[in-house]
Amino acid sequence: MVTNAASLGRSGVHDFILIRASAVVLACYTIFLVGFIACSSPLTYDAWHGLFSALPMKVFTILALVAVLVHAWIGIWQVLTDYVKCVSLRGVLQFVFVVAAFCYLAAGILIVWGV
Amino acid sequence: MKLEFAVYRYNPDVDTKPYMKDYSLEVDEGTDMMVLDALLKLKELDPTLAFRRSCREGVCGSDGINMNGKNGLACITPVSTFKGKKIEIRPLPGMPVVRDLIVDLTQFYTQYEKIKPFLINDEKTPAREHLQSPEEREHLDGLYECIMCACCSTACPSFWWNPDKFIGPSGLLHAYRFLIDSRDTATEERLSGLDDAYSVFRCHGIMNCVDVCPKGLNPTKAIGHIKSMLLQRAV
Repeated sequence: MVTNAASLGRSGVHDFILIRASAVVLACYTIFLVGFIACSSPLTYDAWHGLFSALPMKVFTILALVAVLVHAWIGIWQVLTDYVKCVSLRGVLQFVFVVAAFCYLAAGILIVWGV
Repeated sequence: MKLEFAVYRYNPDVDTKPYMKDYSLEVDEGTDMMVLDALLKLKELDPTLAFRRSCREGVCGSDGINMNGKNGLACITPVSTFKGKKIEIRPLPGMPVVRDLIVDLTQFYTQYEKIKPFLINDEKTPAREHLQSPEEREHLDGLYECIMCACCSTACPSFWWNPDKFIGPSGLLHAYRFLIDSRDTATEERLSGLDDAYSVFRCHGIMNCVDVCPKGLNPTKAIGHIKSMLLQRAV
């Protein structure tokens, strides 16, 4: 068995489940937003503000940002382990991407909380 | 009729780097031949050309090569497939080249060894044989026919990038052949050996293996079954 410490999941199956579950959340969020924009013509600031003021939408948005973090973490790890063979460079790149994903999550929480 | 070829040449004892060498063959109009026959004729013209072949009928899997960008067996690929275009012949991609069209398949066989390609049965040895019903035997169809030509694994980018960690489509087809065999009792042990982020899960289902398999097998489907077994075991 090949072990790894840099990916998010504890095993191949764990990564497999996490990446698909996060993909489902992201797909639902995207479809919902596209549907909202399509059905709210013309899209006004009040409608947009009203949407993100609702607690369920705030929770849904934060859930989507967590899903981005999970999906990006595992996906980037898979891409980097394919294409970057220098372990130290791969470690640095993995660190940068994961920190960026955490920044998106933190910024998103603060923004959604402020609406 | 003139057949045009460009063949990958590299002899590490003589050449500093690989190069493509052009050849042409005069054949009778309206006739066809297999690429292996053409290679044998080219070898008569240039005895330094090296390639593997044995059974010359698609059974041994020795003459896996890359023809115009697609892996296949030279002995069962007619030159007419290429519709008169120049045929570029290269060794199987991603593997170290020993010489010309001969590649070193050590990594391929190492991955094959990892899946323990033999029946494991810890039950009491039967008097004559381990019986299997026709239905149980049917599960092996589409799996046991693999001839280990390496066309699939060397067409798989996941195998190119991680040949030391990803089992590859051929090895995983064999792994499923033993996982699904009713006579094998080491299912749990076999699955435990595959339950990491590389061995099986590096397959992203792009199906290059299915596209090139000269025996018409479907390793992607077998890998999907292994993933399902791992999933059912984990949740």
